Amino acid sequence: MTHASSSTQNPVLKDAADARHDRQFRWLLTATAVFVLVTLAGAALSMLWGGRSVLASEGLHFFTSSDWNPVENKYGALVPIYGTLVTAAIAMLIAVPVSFGIAFFLTEVAPRWMRGPVGTAIELLAGIPSIIYGMWGFFVLMPVMREYMIPWLDTHIGPLPIIGALFRGPPIGAGMLTSGLVLSIMVVPFIASTMREVFMTVPARLKESAYALGATKWEVSWDIVLPYTRSAVIGGVFLGLGRALGETMAVAFVIGNSVGFTTSLLEPSTTIAALIANDFGEATETYRAALLLLGFVLFLVTFVVLALARLMLSNLSRKEGNR
Amino acid sequence: MSTLSISLYQRRRIINALAITLACAAALFGLLFLGWILWTLLAKGITHFNLALLTQDQPPPMEAGGLRNAIIGSVLMCGMGVLVGAPLGIAAGTWLAEVGGHSRLGTVVRFVNDILMSAPSIVLGLFVYAAFVMNTGGKFSAIAGALSLAFIVLPVVVRTTDEMLRLVPIQMREAALSLGVPQWKVTMQVLYRSALPGIVTGILLALARIAGETAPLLFTAFGNEFFSLKITGAMSAVPLVMYKFAGSGFENWEHLAWAGALLITLFVLAISLIARFLLLRNRASHD
Repeated sequence: MTHASSSTQNPVLKDAADARHDRQFRWLLTATAVFVLVTLAGAALSMLWGGRSVLASEGLHFFTSSDWNPVENKYGALVPIYGTLVTAAIAMLIAVPVSFGIAFFLTEVAPRWMRGPVGTAIELLAGIPSIIYGMWGFFVLMPVMREYMIPWLDTHIGPLPIIGALFRGPPIGAGMLTSGLVLSIMVVPFIASTMREVFMTVPARLKESAYALGATKWEVSWDIVLPYTRSAVIGGVFLGLGRALGETMAVAFVIGNSVGFTTSLLEPSTTIAALIANDFGEATETYRAALLLLGFVLFLVTFVVLALARLMLSNLSRKEGNR
Repeated sequence: MSTLSISLYQRRRIINALAITLACAAALFGLLFLGWILWTLLAKGITHFNLALLTQDQPPPMEAGGLRNAIIGSVLMCGMGVLVGAPLGIAAGTWLAEVGGHSRLGTVVRFVNDILMSAPSIVLGLFVYAAFVMNTGGKFSAIAGALSLAFIVLPVVVRTTDEMLRLVPIQMREAALSLGVPQWKVTMQVLYRSALPGIVTGILLALARIAGETAPLLFTAFGNEFFSLKITGAMSAVPLVMYKFAGSGFENWEHLAWAGALLITLFVLAISLIARFLLLRNRASHD
């Protein structure tokens, strides 16, 4: 009898304890999930808060003036903002076609035994720390630019009207073009592996139908695979763009770090991230505030780009019925 | 009609051949730069890749030395970063997969996490500076450096934990729950055991990412010329020394920078290959 009563009572207590533990467990997990949210909001707001004094004193002038002079406390961030956008644009101009080519190669062209190793190699390229791209750019690519590329561009494209203004300059080697090149090498693996992944989600029957009608490999990729995966491909491109905009170390080595305005892609300039990396350590208090505000601008831009990327990418997985 | 279709056929063939050639060129382009960068690393780094690298501290210009203080600093800060970031990431990832992943909050958290994962690392460094360093009297410290690295670890671990837990078959949960096991025990003892290789992979990938991170450490850990184990003071890290030494113009400093670069790259590549191997084995066991 006693045995029976204890076995009816204990489970009740145990159930209550289990339920309590479950609740506590859930609360703990929820708290950490909310923490992730708070982090991002905190990151944004703390930079804005740190830069509030400069935003108050400069106002919109911060975005429209190219006069960046910490000694006189003048902060016009047009040059770094312009540099960020231009280097990212150069990087994307090169990286997007190359990445598409690699993804096309890896999904349709290459023989099967080659796809795995080549794909892995391209992805390993993504794992190399960015500072090493920077050092490589500084020691290897910059001399090449200085010796061959820039003199050639200066004499052949420099004299042309309008477009020529972009390609005139002394052979220094550091500049937006060099940075754009290094950035493009950096983002290619990201975009290419995203494209490859989404290309592989295309149902085989779609491609096989097209092949059965006599379509070539190119036509299958361009007219069947690409339209099917369009939004995700754009998402992948935006992911690469987000990376190119915020990349610091690779650019800091090869941009030349000059805050003077120049239209030429061959002359030293700077980007937001490179400017922060270079100057923040030794900056005075107001200068730091200005750099924090710049960081906030960078954060906003990359946030918008990355948010668009995620929305585009999730479109495809909805089509697949994954979410 | 036949001449028209033949010319059309020819044109399509030419376009196809051209596209395939360009695709091969693109793949070669990628491989070429991978090879070129690795070759530069090896050629410049191998000469000073020796025992002194591990046993001596960073030298003044034009003197012999190694990177011991920086290596110890890197190990300490990466270790602390993973210790802080990984448990938080596992918990948040578990929440996404097991509790609230389908709610509105879950969608928002997943979205924000994905953005945090690709956010520029320098922004995270600025965040830690503004939120932590400025509030502790503007003093650079290894703790601040580790914190900024933890914010890089966090989203990667959240993502992989979430994905790996969702790969665990629903029957496992149902079987355990139908035996009367409470949910926290199901998670801790059944799900984690099954998803462990995947979660470890995530942590390894995160470690590979932070090992070479420079930007967030610049104004959190700041760097230190001397050997230091004090985590409340400024501390050196291999990438920080590389950044300082690479463009310095002193020959021995540049050699050390390349040796450090080689060390970091070898470490990162080894870790990614191990992670890849773990993941493949895990996939195979699920099939």
